[in-house]
Amino acid sequence: MEKNININLKVWRQKGPKAKGAFETYKLDGISVDSSFLEMLDILNENLINEGKEPVVFDHDCREGICGMCSLYVNGHPHGPDEDITTCQLHMRKFKDGETITVEPWRSAGFPVIRDLMVDRTAFDKIIQAGGYVSVNTGGIPDANAIPISKIDADEAMDSASCIGCGACVAACKNGSAMLFVSAKVSQLALLPQGRIEAARRAKAMVAKMDELGFGNCTNTAACEQECPKNISISNIARLNREFLKAKLAD
Amino acid sequence: MTKIDSKIPQGPLERKWTNYKDHQKLVNPANKRRLDVIVVGTGLAGASAAASLGELGFNVLNFCIQDSPRRAHSIAAQGGINAAKNYQNDGDSVYRLFYDTLKGGDYRAREANVYRLAEVANSIIDQCVAQGVPFAREYGGLLDNRSFGGAQVSRTFYAKGQTGQQLLLGAYSALSRQVNQGSVKLYTRYEMLDLVIIDGRARGIIARNLVTGKVERFSAHAVVIGTGGYGNTFFLSTNAMGSNGSAVLQCYKKGAYFANPCFAQIHPTCIPIHGEFQSKLTLMSESLRNDGRIWVPKKKEDAEAIRAGKLKPTQLKEEDRDYYLERRYPAFGNLVPRDVASRAAKERCDAGFGVGSGLAVYLDFSDSIKRLGMKTVEERYGNLFQMYEKIVDENPYETPMMIYPAIHYTMGGIWVDYELMTSIPGLFSIGEANFSDHGANRLGASALMQGLADGYFVLPYTIQNYLSDQIGVPRFSTDLPEFQQAENEINEKIAKLMSINGKRSVDSIHKELGHIMWDYVGMGRTKESLETALKKLKEVKKEFWSNVRIPGEPNTLNVELEKALRVADFLEIGYLMALDGLNRNESCGGHFREEYQTPDGEALRDDEHYSYAACWKYIGEDQDPELIKEPLDYEFVQRQQRNYKA
Repeated sequence: MEKNININLKVWRQKGPKAKGAFETYKLDGISVDSSFLEMLDILNENLINEGKEPVVFDHDCREGICGMCSLYVNGHPHGPDEDITTCQLHMRKFKDGETITVEPWRSAGFPVIRDLMVDRTAFDKIIQAGGYVSVNTGGIPDANAIPISKIDADEAMDSASCIGCGACVAACKNGSAMLFVSAKVSQLALLPQGRIEAARRAKAMVAKMDELGFGNCTNTAACEQECPKNISISNIARLNREFLKAKLAD
Repeated sequence: MTKIDSKIPQGPLERKWTNYKDHQKLVNPANKRRLDVIVVGTGLAGASAAASLGELGFNVLNFCIQDSPRRAHSIAAQGGINAAKNYQNDGDSVYRLFYDTLKGGDYRAREANVYRLAEVANSIIDQCVAQGVPFAREYGGLLDNRSFGGAQVSRTFYAKGQTGQQLLLGAYSALSRQVNQGSVKLYTRYEMLDLVIIDGRARGIIARNLVTGKVERFSAHAVVIGTGGYGNTFFLSTNAMGSNGSAVLQCYKKGAYFANPCFAQIHPTCIPIHGEFQSKLTLMSESLRNDGRIWVPKKKEDAEAIRAGKLKPTQLKEEDRDYYLERRYPAFGNLVPRDVASRAAKERCDAGFGVGSGLAVYLDFSDSIKRLGMKTVEERYGNLFQMYEKIVDENPYETPMMIYPAIHYTMGGIWVDYELMTSIPGLFSIGEANFSDHGANRLGASALMQGLADGYFVLPYTIQNYLSDQIGVPRFSTDLPEFQQAENEINEKIAKLMSINGKRSVDSIHKELGHIMWDYVGMGRTKESLETALKKLKEVKKEFWSNVRIPGEPNTLNVELEKALRVADFLEIGYLMALDGLNRNESCGGHFREEYQTPDGEALRDDEHYSYAACWKYIGEDQDPELIKEPLDYEFVQRQQRNYKA
C-alpha cells in the first residue's frame, strides 16, 4: 500500500577533483516508500532544477543492479543498508519517516572524485587491461563442447564472474584494497581450462598493476565481502594468493 | 526515385556468405596499420567489433558514454543466446534457426541476412567458451540449454540469469587485451554528437568529453555505429537510463536512411508501473516462461476482488484461473513470441481481467515448485526472484509475480546493406543500432546472437571490402573545414539549448513525450492514434525548444545538458516512429494496427503492399522525410500467417 515518508538528506557536494567538498542538507517530503533510492535523488534533482540550482551529480545507468555504474556511500555503507544489492535496487522502504540520510561518494585513493558523488574508476579497466583475459583472437576456435568442464568448476567460475566492477569492495576497505575485484577475475579464469594456461602470468600482471595504481594491501578484514552487492566471496582472495605465490615461486 | 541496393550475393541461400567471403577484397597486414576505424559503442556489437578489428591490425578508436566499456546496456540481457548447435539432439539445425527467426520477425527481414546470422551463431558459442565465459553446464561437463519463445527446440545457451553480462565481459576482456596491445584506444565518458562527411564518405565524428564538456574532433577511414536502440523514446523502458538514439539520429540527419522506425518490441514480462516518479521498468527474463505459467482470473468479479485487496491470487482455485496463452496457443503455450504474449496480456487487461492496478497479469511458479522442487527453481531463477522481491517487496516463491508489457528493444534502426554498410559510404552500423535481422519482431535470445555475430564474424570481413581501396588515403587532419563546420554546428546547438532558460526540466518533457508514445504509438496503434501522435509530438517539440531549462555551464560536466541533447533527438525519433507506423497499413510483429487483425485478434499482414523495408531519408528540418522502399523478395521461404496455435 502507498505510504509516504519525510526525510532529511546530507549530500556531499564537490565541484571537482581538487575542489574542497562539503555536505549540504536538503529536506524532502512525501517520498513514496515504493520509490527507489535513485528515484528519490531524481526527485531531489527535479526540485533543484526547478529552483534554478545545479542538480546533484551521481553515476547510474541500468537501474537493475547489473551494470555496476551506481555507487554511493549511504549511511556509512557502500550501496546502503540493504544486503546483496546495488544502490539502484535500494528502496525507500528501508528508511524511517523523519530519518536523516547521509550520502557520500566512494572514498578511496584509487577513485578520485569527479564531481559530487561521481568518481573515476578507470583504474579497474587498467587492471583488467593488464591481464584479465584469455589471449585468444576471434575465430579458429574448436567446438564449444570439445573440452568438458566440471559443473562444479563452471558454477564456481560463474560465481566469481558475477562481479560487476562497481568498486564497493575498495570503498568498504580501510586500506582501499582492490583485492576482491582482482581475485574474482583471476579466480574465474584460473578455474576454467581455457584460462588456466595463462594463470600465472595473469595473476602477476594484475597484482602488479593494482599496486602501481595506488590500491592498498589486504589485511583480511572481510569488509569487502560483507558489502559486496554480488556476494563475491573472499575465498577468491585466497585463490589469488595461491596463484600469485605459485607464480612467484616458479620465477 | 532513389534505388536501393542491398548487395545480396548470388547463389543458393546456404552458399551466399561463403561465396561472399571467397570473393571479397581484403586488406593486407601492413596496410591495416595505416587505416583508422572509429567504433562508437562498447556493447556486445561495439566491443566485439573493436576487439576483432584491433586483432586484425586496424587502428581502432572506441567510444562509450559510460565510465567503462563494461557497463554498456548489453550487460543487462538476462536470458541467453541462441545457436543451432543441436547439442540436445532435438532436431535443431541452421535452417531451423534461420526459419524460426524469419517467421518470428513476421517475414519482414532479409532472407540472406537472417541465414548468415543463423550460420555464424555456432561460432559465437565457441568463441565465448574460449574467452572463459562460464556458461551453464550439465554434470557431464557439457553445455546446458533452455528454451525461449518462438522455438520448439532448446537452443539457448545461458549463464544463470546474467548471460548478457557474461558475454559482454567476454567481449570486454578481448577489447581490454587490444587496449593493452595498443591497437585500440578507448574514449570513455565521451558522447558522439555528429558524423563528419568528406566528399560523400564518413570520415570522422564530433564527440563531447562528458567530464570536461569539451567538444572534440576525431577522424578515421571508416565509422562504425554500435550504440544500441532508441527504446528510451518512451521514457519508461527496460533500457538503461543513458541508452539513447542520438548517434543513430545524427547519422540519419547526415543522409543515412532510418529503416522501419515503428518496429519496437514490447516485452511481455516486466514489473508493472507503480508510480509517477518511476524512472525505468525492470525486465523479468523471458526464460521465466520456461517454467512459469501466465494467468488472470477467469471471472471479472474475482479480478475486481483481487484489485481491491479482498482476495489473494493463491486463494483462487485452479478452475477459476484463465491460463490464456495456453488456452489460445496450445502448441507454443507460454512460450509464444513476445509480441503475441504482450498483446494477449493487453487484451485481457483491457477486457477488465487485469490484477494489481489493473494493468498486470500473473506469472506463477507454484506448479514448477511442486514439480521441480524449490531448490531447482532457485538455481534457475534465483537472481531474478531476488530482483523482483527487492523492487516489489513480495516473495515470488510464495505468491505469483505480477508482470506487464514494456518497451524493450527496437528492431528498426539505421538501414544497412548485406555488408552492414549504411547508405553513406564508409559508415557502418551493427547490433541493435541497425535495422537488423529481426524483421518486425525479435525472438528472445537473438539480440545477443546478432550483436556478437555482427561484431565478431560479419563486420570484420565486410568492412575490408570497403577499406581495401582506402589504403592509399592518408590519415585525415581534423583541421579540415568539414570538421570545423560540424563542430561549429554542435557548439551552436549547445548554445541554443543553454540560452532557452525556460521553466521545465528535461525529464518532465521527456516524460510527456513518453506518455504520448505509449498512448498513441504503443502496443495497439490506429490511423487516428498515430495522427494524434504526430500532432502532439510537434507541440512537445516546440515546448522543448522554447521552455526547457538546463542549469549550469556547457563547457564542463553537465548531466542536464547531456540529457537535453538526447531528448532533442528522441523527439524526432518519436515522430519518425509515428510516421512510419502510419504509413504501414498492416499489422506485423511488434507493429499492431488495430484496423488490421484477423477475426481472432492476430496480426494481419499485407504482403502484397507492405513487403518492404521502409527507409526514411532526411530532407530537411521540420519536413517529413522521403520514403524509399527496399522490396523484400522471398526466394527460399514460403510466407505464411504466423501460427503458434497448432
